Amino acid sequence: MSGGHSTYKPQSGLGRWVDARLPLPRLIYDSFVAYPVPRNLNYAYTFGGILTIMLVAQILTGVVLAMHYAANTEIAFLSVEKIMRDVNSGWLLRYLHANGASMFFVAVYIHIFRGLYYGSYKAPRELLWILGCIIYLLMMATAFMGYVLPWGQMSFWGATVITSFFTAIPLVGTWIQELLLGGFAVDNPTLNRFFSLHYLLPFMIAGVVVLHVWALHVTGQSNPTGIEVKSKTDTVRFTPYATVKDGFAMVLFLILFAYFVFYIPNFLGHADNYIEADPLKTPAHIVPEWYFLPFYAILRAITFNIGPIDSKLGGVLAMFGAIAVLFVVPWLDTSKVRSAVYRPWYKLFFWLFVVDSIFLGWLGSRPAEGVYVAMAQGATLYYFAFFVAIMPVLGLIETPRRLPNSITEAVLERNKGGAASTTQPAE
Amino acid sequence: MKLLLQGFAALGLGLAIVATADAAEYPIKKPVEQDWSFEGPFGTYDIGQLQRGFKVYREVCSSCHSLDLVAFRNLEDLGYSEEQVRAIAAEYEVEDGPDEAGDMFMRTATPSDYFPAPFANPQQAAASNNGAVPPDFSLIAKARAVERGFPTFVFDIFTQYAEGGVDYIYALLTGYDEDPHGHEVPEGTYYNPYFISAASLAMAPPLSDGMVTYDDGAPETVDQYARDVSAFLMWAAEPHMVERKATGFTVMVFLLLFGGLVYLTKRKIWADVAH
Amino acid sequence: MSATDSTEPNRRDFLYVATGVAGAVGAAGVAWPFIDQMRPDASTRALASVQVDVSGVEPGMSLTVKWRGKPVFVRNRTEAEIEAARQTPLDDLKDPVARNANIAGDAPATDIARSAGEGRENWLIMVGVCTHLGCVPLGQAGDFGGWFCPCHGSHYDTAGRIRKGPAPENLPVPTLAFISDTMIEIG
Repeated sequence: MSGGHSTYKPQSGLGRWVDARLPLPRLIYDSFVAYPVPRNLNYAYTFGGILTIMLVAQILTGVVLAMHYAANTEIAFLSVEKIMRDVNSGWLLRYLHANGASMFFVAVYIHIFRGLYYGSYKAPRELLWILGCIIYLLMMATAFMGYVLPWGQMSFWGATVITSFFTAIPLVGTWIQELLLGGFAVDNPTLNRFFSLHYLLPFMIAGVVVLHVWALHVTGQSNPTGIEVKSKTDTVRFTPYATVKDGFAMVLFLILFAYFVFYIPNFLGHADNYIEADPLKTPAHIVPEWYFLPFYAILRAITFNIGPIDSKLGGVLAMFGAIAVLFVVPWLDTSKVRSAVYRPWYKLFFWLFVVDSIFLGWLGSRPAEGVYVAMAQGATLYYFAFFVAIMPVLGLIETPRRLPNSITEAVLERNKGGAASTTQPAE
Repeated sequence: MKLLLQGFAALGLGLAIVATADAAEYPIKKPVEQDWSFEGPFGTYDIGQLQRGFKVYREVCSSCHSLDLVAFRNLEDLGYSEEQVRAIAAEYEVEDGPDEAGDMFMRTATPSDYFPAPFANPQQAAASNNGAVPPDFSLIAKARAVERGFPTFVFDIFTQYAEGGVDYIYALLTGYDEDPHGHEVPEGTYYNPYFISAASLAMAPPLSDGMVTYDDGAPETVDQYARDVSAFLMWAAEPHMVERKATGFTVMVFLLLFGGLVYLTKRKIWADVAH
Repeated sequence: MSATDSTEPNRRDFLYVATGVAGAVGAAGVAWPFIDQMRPDASTRALASVQVDVSGVEPGMSLTVKWRGKPVFVRNRTEAEIEAARQTPLDDLKDPVARNANIAGDAPATDIARSAGEGRENWLIMVGVCTHLGCVPLGQAGDFGGWFCPCHGSHYDTAGRIRKGPAPENLPVPTLAFISDTMIEIG
């Protein structure tokens, strides 16, 4: 996948035989052993590998849970509890899967913020970024449908609320909603199709991940300085250098994951989902899973009509817009300099954006009333302003700091101790 | 099985909510954190306490509240022998069938049977309980949580607080009181500032001192009954908790050691590359 | 690592090997729950026994009950069937072992050893699954008047012993107990 000259030399006769027929070992060698990576990658760059592991973990635990789960409204809740109580190691597998989804999103958010901070989306990596956005969308769809499967109260009402988004679309909205549900309300047909799609989508994610990695290996990795690789001294071999560093980060991440699974497995869940779905009674507070909360806050922030668009459609548009805007980020950023390290003003606005996103998440968990609505409106305004106003304008007016000539120069400069902070990732 | 499913439908309907008001106000008082033997990374169930709690459930709660997901065989977790479990099960009758004539019949329960529900269906449960269906108790200790609020919920990650459900049950059982404001509560309901969704609930104070006889010398008070039955319900909701925490300890020790090794390896490999 | 002073390459090698071994141990530990979950779960294991009322089963009649998801044949044998089985020399048997879970594992396959025991020789209770490849044999059929498996042509005699065909073993007798003269507990 690297596109460069291959240095793979099979050692054995069998190796040469295979290489002449199906050069898979060569592909693996060129992509994950000899592949050159910038030597100055910090731990923020380890989340790609962590995400791969999390995807594999989710698929594996999901496949075995599907051996015990029954996608039928009569027994879905019961079958999940049977997994928790009777199936050997079932409680472990289910807690791994449920918390794994959350950890997957923790990792993907760090991965996305890292891309935004170091300008990883800029030419020539626009497609790489867009593929990532597609993965993120697929992840959200998968997570949402997975949350419906236990058939608890939050499952049911979350599915009801989210499929109701589509009724905001003029004329065809209700038709689309009924198409998604297979009925007039969330019911057995809905559960069945959600299970089918929840099983399918992770494999589609895996397919897009392959494209994502392919695109990455064509352009090469970006790095904290944002300067392209210029000579061989700028890089190290993927194995062992990047592999062992990614490996260490993975173990740290697994410690976090295990902490949640073994000690507070229900912390990120909602108590109401231990009550079986009841189509006649809505819980007092419906909240989505934490990783959707910022978007939920944006949805609810639009309480006013915007011209011909009523507040319901406006909220849905704003929410989808908040995700859609990510796709065009490569063209919204007008700066000639890639990395925030050399962009003092962008750095400030970036961290404000991080705080804003977390704040939106917290607001999403609050009731939509009183002062929370006003705060959500302010935070939503900044969310969009960051992309459509700050990014384009700042690129034109900001004076960047002096860039080093190469990655090697930046590294040597830093190791001298003089400009230690310039390439330090802000983690 | 059919009973089980009906019990679940009952659970859905049965939040015993009587007053309708802005939900954000409730509960009026937050539960106070209690000490539990099963809290923290090394927590284990207190077998004696579980047995006492089971007694309270059997003699008091079970006349209205089902325990659909718990089978008699699960009681071995409570320290009962196979014979004792068989004897406990034999005190219950469950519906079986159909027999050769196609009729359902009642028979003595065996360890593989589940606790029979006190009511045949949610409608019957509601009719017998002033319109409010008593919720199933299998998962109640995980299905109730009073919001912790910021920043407490952040600290909870580090203190491993996962006892919101039992603290709530204990608070509710011991929290019946006179309404200090003298408000009229709806007829047939009882004021309880800890109730999660209203100022009063349809369940009368269920416990009173001395109503259950303990044979291990534990105090026969409402406080002790509430504490014991809460612990029992935590076990019912999370029977593998002790196993989970013990496994977690092994996993954590392994990951820390393995992480240390990987870190040293990483340092070694990167030793001669400035980065 | 080690407190003893060793040369650099050795120490490094040790570190790499230790890390690799720890990783392999971790991977094996992770694999276990994925295998473990396939075993019969607690509720399945708990359904180990059934009780059968045989009061209506006259000599020459059979009953089939389900136990652990498999058919169990309960037959009240006629005198002629018992006699036929008794007359069969043990040398003629393809499988000379009783295959009765209630007695010693190496007991010979005499008729009494196959039946429900002294005084209850008329009762033959066995798992109705052909020991060849798992089909359910037909009753009172085949060359020996016992059971015949139509899938691959195995013939069992009136004591459920394999006599002809590809099946390797006699039909197994499950653990059982007479709670009363008319009530049998299987399992």
